Amino acid sequence: MFRRLPEVAGDTIALTLNGTRVEARAGDTVAAALLAASLPYCRTTPMSGAKRAPYCMMGVCFECLVTVDGVGNRQACLIEVREGMRVETQQGARAIVSEAQA
Amino acid sequence: MTREMIREETEIAVIGGGLVGAAIAWGLAQAGKRVTVLDEGDNAFRASRGNFALIWVQSKGLGMAPYSAWSVRSSNAWARLAAALKDETGIDVAHQRPGGLMLSLSEGELERRAAQMRRLHNQPEMIPYPYEVLDHAATRALLPEIGPQVAGSIYCPLDGHVNSLKLFRALHASLAARGVAYRPNRPVETIARDACFIVSGAWGEVRAEKIVLAAGNGSARLAPQVGLNAPVRPQRGQIIVTERAKPFLNYPLVTVRQTDEGTVMIGDSLEEVGFENVATTAITATEADRAVRMFPLLAGLNVVRTWSALRVMSQDGFPIYDQSTSHPGAFLATCHSGVTLAANHAFDIAPQIAAGALSADLLPFSARRFHVPQAA
Repeated sequence: MFRRLPEVAGDTIALTLNGTRVEARAGDTVAAALLAASLPYCRTTPMSGAKRAPYCMMGVCFECLVTVDGVGNRQACLIEVREGMRVETQQGARAIVSEAQA
Repeated sequence: MTREMIREETEIAVIGGGLVGAAIAWGLAQAGKRVTVLDEGDNAFRASRGNFALIWVQSKGLGMAPYSAWSVRSSNAWARLAAALKDETGIDVAHQRPGGLMLSLSEGELERRAAQMRRLHNQPEMIPYPYEVLDHAATRALLPEIGPQVAGSIYCPLDGHVNSLKLFRALHASLAARGVAYRPNRPVETIARDACFIVSGAWGEVRAEKIVLAAGNGSARLAPQVGLNAPVRPQRGQIIVTERAKPFLNYPLVTVRQTDEGTVMIGDSLEEVGFENVATTAITATEADRAVRMFPLLAGLNVVRTWSALRVMSQDGFPIYDQSTSHPGAFLATCHSGVTLAANHAFDIAPQIAAGALSADLLPFSARRFHVPQAA
């Protein structure tokens, strides 16, 4: 759905998305990387289970919550990608017990 | 600009549309009464939108044994209230009674709390109820996520909780369905008595055969106008609420609970600051620190809101239920546990008001208990 502007260059950064290797560009936010990777949704809501994807891209709507390096409810649009980062889509509310045990 | 003054008539005017007023109005409507609820607006100091939503029994009633029995009675009747509201409105208020705990962060604190429970149960006229003092290991069996600083807890199987915002909504939805006239933005200034009560404000007046004062801290000002006494004052409490997390806390605690929707509420403060409802960092930081010592995994949760609200506190902390002798038909109901006592307000207080008189069982709750000659 999304294509990168051809004139924007940058080093390639490798991260994993639900365990699968995905390439992003240096300077991308996690949300931008997810959209560029055509991820259909990044989380399901805690109450109704509806699917959600990045929306405002500026930190106010909280739709792009994902688990980053084992920590849930991170705002993907406010975090820059790093080499080796582990990103996981989040099912429902944050699982703080399993986070604490990990 | 002139506005036309409102003039309405009703059988019973309930002054105050918070949890106390709404629960009583609900019970009055059940009894077939024609009811008008006069409420303030959204900027009112509204304890019903700021409370902690516990249905709490343990530790209540030291100094007044009947208050303990009254709390037990409401806790026992709560499932019936929740079921009735669900039937009527389809709203599940998320009532649960798994029992509740009061955690202590030191042996000394645990011993003080245990001694307080013994003193409570040693009072004359006290009707005993079950509770247990649990050490760290026994507490951990119920709450696997507690931290090493938790010395122990007191567990009482009668404690529970509810979603108080859903309760508030369900009561108001039911009032609307039952034809109760809910009138917001009508702060009451004066109550006069002629052939009937004339309840008025800048907006106009409502005439009623009976009135119920359920105006929280506002009752202090209104009660003397109808020969009643409501010595209540605001007491601030501050609450922190976190983002939603998967369920990890299966029991409500007096200072920490996880709501049916996953948020964690933390509230552990009492302050005497008058009519001031600003949240302050020093208090919320202390509350957060104690909560994290109880449950270390809370440290990683994001806080989404903090707020403060004003409890309605009488001189001795116990509810006041009263009826006027100089102005027959005027009733007063006020307490700081509008959630816990909602079932009693709906099933006991309201039918008695509908019938015209409060039961003798409620005499200990009369404000006459404050009329002790002052020491010179």
